[in-house]
Amino acid sequence: MGVTLARAAQWTAAGSGTDTLEITPWNKSLLNQIIKFTEDFSTKHPQEAAYVFREPLEWKTCLDSSAFGEGYEINEATVQSEAKDKDGQPLLILSASTLRVRSFDQLSRLLRIAVEKKLKEAQACLEANRDPIVKILGPEYGTVEGEDTSILHLFDKVEKESGLETQLKMKIILLLHQLDLQLLNSSLKQISQDVRLNPAAVNNEVNLLKNFSGQGEDTVLESLEYTSDYMFSNGCRAPPWRQVHGEICYLVIKPHDTDPLYITCSTAGVFLNGGQLKGKDIDYERKSDLYKDIVTFLRERSPRFVENMAKQNQHMRRIISMWKVLRFLANFRAFMILQKIGEKENKASSSLEDVGESSSETDEDEQPVRHQEGNTDLSAEYWGIQKLAKYVKGGDPTATVIALCSMRDFNLSQESCQLAIKDTGCLEVLINLLDTEEIKCQAGSLKILKEISQNVLIRHAIADLGGLEIMVKILDSPDTNLKCLAAETIANVARFKRARKTVRQHGGIKKLVELLDCISVGSSYQAKDTETARCGALALWSLSKSAINKKAIRRAGGIPLLARWLKCSHTNILIPVVGTLEECASEPSYRLAIRTEGMIENLVKNLSSEHEELQTHCASAIFKCAEDEETRDLVRKHEGLQPLSDLLGNSENKQLLAAVTGAIWKCAISTENVLKFQEYKTVETLVTLLTDQPEEVLINVIGALGECCQEQENRGTIRRCGGIAPMVKLLTATNQALLVNVNKAVGGCAMEPENMSIIDSLDGVRLLWSLLKNPNPDVQASAAWALCPCVENAKNSGEMVRSFVGGLELIVNLLKSKDKEVLTSVCAAIANIAKDEENLAVMTDHGVVPLLSKLANTNNNKLRRHLAEAIAHCCMWGSNRVAFGETKAVAPLARYLKSKDPLVHRATALALYQLSEDPNNCVIMHENGVVKLLLAMVGSTDDALQEAAAGCIANIRRLALATEKAKYG
Amino acid sequence: MSRKGVKALVDSLTRSDKHFNKSEVECLVKLFDTLVARASSEYAGSGFDRTMFRDTLHSAFGMTDDVVLDRVFSIFDRDNDGCITVVEWVEGLGVLLRGTLEEKMKFCFTIYDLNGDGYISKEEMFQMLKNSLLIQPADEEPDEGVKDLDHDHDGKLSFTDFEKTVRDENLLLEAFGPCLPDIK
Repeated sequence: MGVTLARAAQWTAAGSGTDTLEITPWNKSLLNQIIKFTEDFSTKHPQEAAYVFREPLEWKTCLDSSAFGEGYEINEATVQSEAKDKDGQPLLILSASTLRVRSFDQLSRLLRIAVEKKLKEAQACLEANRDPIVKILGPEYGTVEGEDTSILHLFDKVEKESGLETQLKMKIILLLHQLDLQLLNSSLKQISQDVRLNPAAVNNEVNLLKNFSGQGEDTVLESLEYTSDYMFSNGCRAPPWRQVHGEICYLVIKPHDTDPLYITCSTAGVFLNGGQLKGKDIDYERKSDLYKDIVTFLRERSPRFVENMAKQNQHMRRIISMWKVLRFLANFRAFMILQKIGEKENKASSSLEDVGESSSETDEDEQPVRHQEGNTDLSAEYWGIQKLAKYVKGGDPTATVIALCSMRDFNLSQESCQLAIKDTGCLEVLINLLDTEEIKCQAGSLKILKEISQNVLIRHAIADLGGLEIMVKILDSPDTNLKCLAAETIANVARFKRARKTVRQHGGIKKLVELLDCISVGSSYQAKDTETARCGALALWSLSKSAINKKAIRRAGGIPLLARWLKCSHTNILIPVVGTLEECASEPSYRLAIRTEGMIENLVKNLSSEHEELQTHCASAIFKCAEDEETRDLVRKHEGLQPLSDLLGNSENKQLLAAVTGAIWKCAISTENVLKFQEYKTVETLVTLLTDQPEEVLINVIGALGECCQEQENRGTIRRCGGIAPMVKLLTATNQALLVNVNKAVGGCAMEPENMSIIDSLDGVRLLWSLLKNPNPDVQASAAWALCPCVENAKNSGEMVRSFVGGLELIVNLLKSKDKEVLTSVCAAIANIAKDEENLAVMTDHGVVPLLSKLANTNNNKLRRHLAEAIAHCCMWGSNRVAFGETKAVAPLARYLKSKDPLVHRATALALYQLSEDPNNCVIMHENGVVKLLLAMVGSTDDALQEAAAGCIANIRRLALATEKAKYG
Repeated sequence: MSRKGVKALVDSLTRSDKHFNKSEVECLVKLFDTLVARASSEYAGSGFDRTMFRDTLHSAFGMTDDVVLDRVFSIFDRDNDGCITVVEWVEGLGVLLRGTLEEKMKFCFTIYDLNGDGYISKEEMFQMLKNSLLIQPADEEPDEGVKDLDHDHDGKLSFTDFEKTVRDENLLLEAFGPCLPDIK
């Protein structure tokens, strides 16, 4: 075992006056190093490990026989190793808890057996064998002979004797010296810190010297006493007013050969004071040079002390030599540290990588494919980050900032790094740093959090650790940079609902809106303001995905601020601002504000920006806002239709394309806009986008075409451009939103007989019809609407409809739907289908009459109109007129005339005219006062209405006349 | 100093130093005079000595590190006469409080370059960072600073290295210990 180590360790022990090793961190680390040395000895130096000690190392063990296994003969409480020396003696013997070991091989095996008790065993061994080298190599190798010459002495001996054994001994002694050096190195820092005296050190030294003082020739001193027995709680004996000068205590020392010495021990060192004055007072004045400790002082003052010290026992001598060695090494090491920093760094990291590799091998068993690649990368980063985390945790602000900046040198956008920060517990530290007063630490931490919060897991972890609350608090900081970082990080974290709620509940929205409120907005912007506003807008953008947050932003006065920033020309701030507006435009109140605050103009202007992302968000915002007619007009007035149309040419960026086609779709709802689009040849371009596009683009393209179809010219254009075939093909799609739009577009096209023949040839009507079976009411309704022009314009449509097996039953049964729009559209379709007598007969068999009658009691004008139309057409068959009367459809229908919608009047008049062919119906109508209302309608400019009203009145009159005739005639 | 003299001084300082406006300069000069008048040092009347300067910065900005304060003093004291005059005071504070990034970088670099050889050596870094670690890692040294900052890899840090690093990451301006007042 390490000789010097034994000294180093004993030094502490000697001070406390016992023969045990103190359990101090320092001793522990020394022991651990010795253990490691011993454990590795047998593998690193197999030859030396077999060397049999001169005498066994003997100590009381706390291991029992049960701990030993293979390689040992166990006989109840005694254990012998199977390995024997050349005399047949076992190299390890355990009997009655006394352990004797005679080789390094056995020692290292023993330590491996001891597992957790290693430390205890090593300690016991060293305590029992104060100079293990004597036992290992023989008494002549002990350290008695001198401090620094021992190794030379050994060398001489080795030179004189030759042979294998001596060589082995030489090697062992060198190895042990190497260990010594290493141990000293590691204990240096500890010791060098203690150079300044402190009460504990003085006390130790005094106690030590006392051990060797007293009467007799060989003691170093006659006596050594404190002047005061009272010790303050801080360990000092000097009175408080002297303690402020760094003084610890005062001593009276009587050496053998001089007068008593009165000395002062202070933190600066030891010196002679003016001695005891009359009474108990001390003359505190310094009378000598400063010495670093009492021993050094006495060496100067008392020759006998030096002499006797030399004679005195080894412990004392060791202490002094240790001091010398350590002081030399302290200087040497400081030098080494600076020289070798670089090398050590490399070594450390490479060895760490090795560890990482082996640990990842176990991972490989579980998920071999996924983890194979970048395995070493992952571990290297993990260890690197772990190391830095240590500095972040255990440093002053300066060290923390350096560590944080170094951490940013890792590729933090990489998932392995992000997770490493989480797994090493560094995330907690980063969040705790936010709660400090140190602006630089907060900023450094936020910069990392901002990066790693790109990761979902990290986002949730930050929220779980309460990071959002602290970041919201930071938004109040006077430091602009810090506010920006906090806002940006919030923007990243608040991508899930709970986080958004947390920010809102802690008042974050108001503070973020305030970030947008910079004084200098208007003519000139300062870069700092723009940055602040940008970060604020980014956070609001994330937050605005929750409906409640949208309201909160509005309440916090966010809309006018967003409108103000929308006027600026910085792309990087426009994107989050427009993004927020786009998100919020789902709320009608925002759409109104966007229109009234004049934001449409700016949105349109930015459509011509060079930045595609900005264009996308502007187009999306217009898409959402153009639900309102006035907004659509504004887009046209600000000349937004042309840029929209131009952007269709960029078909690579699908997100942009989806947004632009969406905006075109909504804008095309206004007829004036459609005319503009015709001018820009938008329809032609849209047709080319019907194939090979993602669904979100297709939905909008088809939607736009559907709106454009309202104009006859466009219907022809679509046909000429070959748009009908791809449209009909899309009827087989599955996306419901897409189907609704496709139905509408196909229906629009079908209004043109020429188009209809193409649709028919592509079997489009059958496809539409089958969509009536779709579970989504919107799809059902749009399909039914589309069927109307098809049935109207197809050649032999009656034949065609009959050819769909079960088709008529299907559509009649849809009258049982609960959806108003479905009912309306189905009524319209039935009105068209009923024009064919045979089909009407089939529908009548399926009970169309009572189903229609049941719907009669409605207030919905649109439904009323189409229902009346359907009834009018269904009267044409058999006794349907009578049936309508019996199912009580007439009275409600009569009331429709009081509606304010002229289209309802027209359809109703037609229906009433048909129904009035039956006398009973005439009676009911008359009772419901239709005559007066119809009379007014006879004066209408609408020919059809006029005719039907007149016809109906004529029927009623005729019946009255006939009745009168029957009565009186 | 006469009232006229003060006015002329303020005017010339406002012209020469761009960091403060006239009323601010006036206040600083007044503050200087008050502090000097209060002190009874041998330089009384002409300026601050080292101790007074230290006390002033300590009480005004809470800067506590004596070593740093001494370095700050020698930077303020441009003519090296051990005394800070009113001109040196106003111009020094200009950098300390209102300095541009460039000025601050130069300032910090000069503070850290203990021996004034134009480089921050490993020894100097070690010296400055030795107290920064509260836990003493067993066998490693806080050498991260060297690693990050040394762009040309010559083992020491030139102003160019320092400047490049600080431009990349402003937080590293005070990499080797606080030497600017915290604006709070």
